[in-house]
Amino acid sequence: MNSSAPGLQAKTRLFTCIVVLTNVLGNFALSWGMKHGAVMDGSAMSFIRVVFNPWVLVGIAFLAGWVLSRMALLSWADLSYVIPVTSVGFVLNAIMGYLFLNEQISPMRWLGTLFIVGGTVLVGLTSVNTTGVRTK
Amino acid sequence: MNRWALIAIIVGATVASDMLQSWEMKRQGEVTDFRIHRLLGTLLGKLPMIASVVFLAISFYAFLALLQIADLSFAVPATALSIVVETILARILLKEQVTPARWAGVVLVAIGVWFLAL
Repeated sequence: MNSSAPGLQAKTRLFTCIVVLTNVLGNFALSWGMKHGAVMDGSAMSFIRVVFNPWVLVGIAFLAGWVLSRMALLSWADLSYVIPVTSVGFVLNAIMGYLFLNEQISPMRWLGTLFIVGGTVLVGLTSVNTTGVRTK
Repeated sequence: MNRWALIAIIVGATVASDMLQSWEMKRQGEVTDFRIHRLLGTLLGKLPMIASVVFLAISFYAFLALLQIADLSFAVPATALSIVVETILARILLKEQVTPARWAGVVLVAIGVWFLAL
């Protein structure tokens, strides 16, 4: 990625925000739907009915946006950039749960979440392709 | 079903989907033609890719079932366990070389998930 081009940098920032927000909002909408009316009881019909719950539908739409915006971002940005910067989503997820779903987040859970972010950053900092063609 | 059983299904299905996808896409070679019908053709034309989509659907439904009974702030980080399993299988099955820094990252993720379980 050529970080010296200001246009590309702005585009990268914008898409990074979109990737993180669509992921966090998508997971939040699914969670809200599954706790407010959407039911999956294991019957065949419930698998179909659940995806037509409005909140679950909104969640699916956000997650579709997440996949597409992430694909777009990956088309010019390194995976080793995308993985660590988007792992901030884990923390935002926990904050959404705390603020809007009244979840009690123990210190252990915060610590676990931070460890996972740290681990994801480390994985992202390592090189991408070790099996064949070098990417750089 | 208890939440760890659902996490096992989510992680197992996600890993199976990613492994199949990575294996088949590397076999096909680097994508250079991004026209949508070509991408869909790649996606639906090969058995491993179809299987990968099926596993992805299993993972999605198990995630919904998990969100029904567990906190969002538990469900999302817990599914990061797939990073640990994927790295181990990428080393063994896909013969990728895993650097010490990446192993260190995997250990941090594993410790993080263990904290969630306490």
